[in-house]
Amino acid sequence: MLFDPKGPVAEQQQWLIIVSFAIMLIVVIPVLIMSVWFPYKYRSGNTKEEYLPNWEHSNKIELVVWTVPILIITALGILTYITSHSLDPRKPIESDQPTMVVQVVAMDWKWLFIYPEYGIATVNEMAMVVDQPVEFLITSDATMNSFFIPNLGSMIYAMSGMENRLHLMASEAGTYKGMSTNYSGFGFSGMKFNAIASDKMQFDAWVTKVKDSPKVLTDDVFKALQVKSRDVKPLYFNNPNPLLFSDIIEHYTGGLNVE
Amino acid sequence: MSSNRTIVTEADPIFGRLTLDSIPYEDPIIMTTFTVVAIGGLGLVGSILYFGKLKYLWEEWFTSVDHKKIGIMYVIVAMIMLFRGFSDALLMRSQQAVAVASESGAGYLPPEHYDQIFTAHGVIMIFFVAMPLIVGLMNIVVPLQIGARDVAFPFLNSLSFWLFVSGALLMNISLFVGEFAATGWLAYPPLSGIEYSPWVGVDYWLWALQISGIGTLLTGVNFVVTILRMRAPGMTLMKMPVFTWTSFCANVLIVVAFPILTVSLTLLTLDRYIGTHFFTGDMGGNQMMYVNLIWAWGHPEVYILILPAFGVFSEITATFSRKRLFGYTSLIWATICIMLMSFVVWLHHFFTMGAGANVNAFFGVATMIISIPTGVKIFNWLFTMYKGQVEFSAPMWWTVSFFLTFTIGGMTGVMLAIPAADFVLHNSLFLVAHFHNVIIGGSLFGYFAGITYWWPKATGFTLDETLGKWACGLWTVGFFMAFMPLYILGFMGMTRRLNYYDNPVWNNWLLVAGAGALIVLCAIAVQFYQMFASIRDQKSNRDWTGDPWNARTLEWATSSPPPFYNFALLPEVRDRDHWTDMKELGLAYKRPSKYQRIHMPKNTWAGIVIGGISLVLGFAMVWWIWWLAILSGVAMLGAWIIYAFQDDKDYYVEVDQIEAIEKKHFSNLGRVGESVTEDLESDAVTISV
Repeated sequence: MLFDPKGPVAEQQQWLIIVSFAIMLIVVIPVLIMSVWFPYKYRSGNTKEEYLPNWEHSNKIELVVWTVPILIITALGILTYITSHSLDPRKPIESDQPTMVVQVVAMDWKWLFIYPEYGIATVNEMAMVVDQPVEFLITSDATMNSFFIPNLGSMIYAMSGMENRLHLMASEAGTYKGMSTNYSGFGFSGMKFNAIASDKMQFDAWVTKVKDSPKVLTDDVFKALQVKSRDVKPLYFNNPNPLLFSDIIEHYTGGLNVE
Repeated sequence: MSSNRTIVTEADPIFGRLTLDSIPYEDPIIMTTFTVVAIGGLGLVGSILYFGKLKYLWEEWFTSVDHKKIGIMYVIVAMIMLFRGFSDALLMRSQQAVAVASESGAGYLPPEHYDQIFTAHGVIMIFFVAMPLIVGLMNIVVPLQIGARDVAFPFLNSLSFWLFVSGALLMNISLFVGEFAATGWLAYPPLSGIEYSPWVGVDYWLWALQISGIGTLLTGVNFVVTILRMRAPGMTLMKMPVFTWTSFCANVLIVVAFPILTVSLTLLTLDRYIGTHFFTGDMGGNQMMYVNLIWAWGHPEVYILILPAFGVFSEITATFSRKRLFGYTSLIWATICIMLMSFVVWLHHFFTMGAGANVNAFFGVATMIISIPTGVKIFNWLFTMYKGQVEFSAPMWWTVSFFLTFTIGGMTGVMLAIPAADFVLHNSLFLVAHFHNVIIGGSLFGYFAGITYWWPKATGFTLDETLGKWACGLWTVGFFMAFMPLYILGFMGMTRRLNYYDNPVWNNWLLVAGAGALIVLCAIAVQFYQMFASIRDQKSNRDWTGDPWNARTLEWATSSPPPFYNFALLPEVRDRDHWTDMKELGLAYKRPSKYQRIHMPKNTWAGIVIGGISLVLGFAMVWWIWWLAILSGVAMLGAWIIYAFQDDKDYYVEVDQIEAIEKKHFSNLGRVGESVTEDLESDAVTISV
């Protein structure tokens, strides 16, 4: 899945992993070879090799064994600094399309998605338009979870009383698996959802399908959703309270503002 | 435990939350285990009584303050707990090998049970296997290596051990009475808060860790003082053996880091017991604070586990390469660097929490910098072998296996240290594979190497070499088979702690991993058999000289096992490799002409009694049996006060007793043809050989 990136974030991360792996092989391969070759070559009983029982220091070797790792780590450190900024989950993805906002709430044990622009909400299924950046605003109504769609890249924690931001984009149509990666209780393994990436037309059809659902996300319906449940099938809702997301966050801050 | 049990949340004045319904009768796995443990336990107690060994055990072991005996007891308890922790691993591997399904209820372990198992596995392996193995090794070796008669605070050492045992017992009681935490081994709130974990599981976790953690903290204080204050004359800091150095750094880390654990656990306890909101979302409580605090302890903890293992490998590589250690000074400075740096990297355990790019980059780069001194160490060991005469004994097998395994683990660690890469690898099986790669391939292999290496010193006979090599070979093969698939699964997007999954492709890799776990099972079986066979054949494996490996450091200068006072006369140290120096100068095995009486601590009941009562205290607190908690708290304090007012804590070993013991040692040396020379300079107390 990871090596099957379907979006710019995941693609860059795949590249980053391969490059860092390759850089480290510069030192790892020699070490692995030396680990086997030295004890074999200098095995006891092999009298052909020199034996220097009191040899314990060499400035040349010390220089090399400190310098080589330092150089490699310097290279990786620069890479780390650059990618920490370029792949910062908060950083908007550049695109000629306007960013779509999706609010995400981790619940016991399902994902609630709220589309403020469309006045709809869904459980365990979300949709997005190919090549249109999505800004996920993520919180939790229960325990700590982590929101992750492997094909699209970066995950981020969902925590009660807090809002995290994550920018992702799909560059290819498809249905991708989404999940929680932070253990959150007995129903954790079933906390999965489908992320459907499609063209604008199909996305609009999906929105209409959700809108056609007779269910309205009233306070009572939301309270019912808060009850623990496992392996929840996708649900569609209309007209969520526009303040629902911020109310959920506020509920866990005990009246203290989150700014 | 099970969802259909009524969970008592009101405390009865006598029994607290404890009812007969707290025992998980309906779970066949637990009840079978309980039966086996009960029969085994009764059999053990029965045979101790039948053979009249209780007095012996009490006088020679349970009340002992001898660091060597305490060390051996640590290792024994650790090996028993390894058995338990590994059983948990097998349960998890077999569950994941069969649980391909899209709905809960797949496999044979429901989440309610499975989630306790992975929590228990982590807690046991870190706190009750790795920690006691390393504390046990330090106990056996460090005082001998620095030429001390015991640790600085012998009673405290005994107390540390019994507090640790008490924590381990409390944790195991949870299997049969109540439940254990199902929160993951670090119990993040709010999941570990009273709202989401209303019953006793998290409380067992809290009290087991709190009690054993305080034991560990006392150990840390003890060893820092021992190493700083009790070295033999002439042993300057830069002449200390590397294992002592790395143990010293590990103990400094314990002293600095464990109070953070104590405080974090206390705050979570307050949240759960009296309704404060340090970590739960209300009144300004903050779960992120807990995660920061627990890792501010947790990351140094990783280095507490690995640094002493680095020391073990240093001793072994030098000994079996028949050569001085390459780059001692840079190795020591590398260790000190790692020790200091280990406090500025904790955030790399949660890059995905949403800190800013600069914060993440700082902790990522700091983490990578640690890999520089670590890499230097590996080079130092490699160049110790270079131009040596490497002898492939079992400890050396573990060492070479460590080079191969740990290097790979270190590499994947650096990959995880890049925040942007961690955003897709975090909490995946890639991460699980990584930390097993360094904890097994680094720490555990180090402890096994150390146990093999110092076993003759502790017991007086060597472990079977052939079986030792088999154990190492099987562990290595089993490890790679069990964990390389997890790296791949991590790349495929598989998350840790899954009870079931719907991707059939993953199943193949999980089957391979399961087979690897079975090979590790064989390896552990070989290890237990190795110990059994070596104890059985000890007459033919005897180490009469005290120096079976032709080793280099001070601990090999005394007999195996050493007399309880360690050294009849404290050595004068001139060289880092003191024992090699003595052998080269012809001063080894020199019989002193005169002995002096030796000041030694007396055994004490206080450690086991206070430790034992702490178990009652923990149990009472878990079940809200307040009267018993108060009573046992007062009893602990009382026992400590009684001990503190006892004057009879030490004694002198008289010269004739020392002479008799030493005479036996020198006659044993003569038996194997070591030429024992007499110190002719002073008027001789002649001892016939």
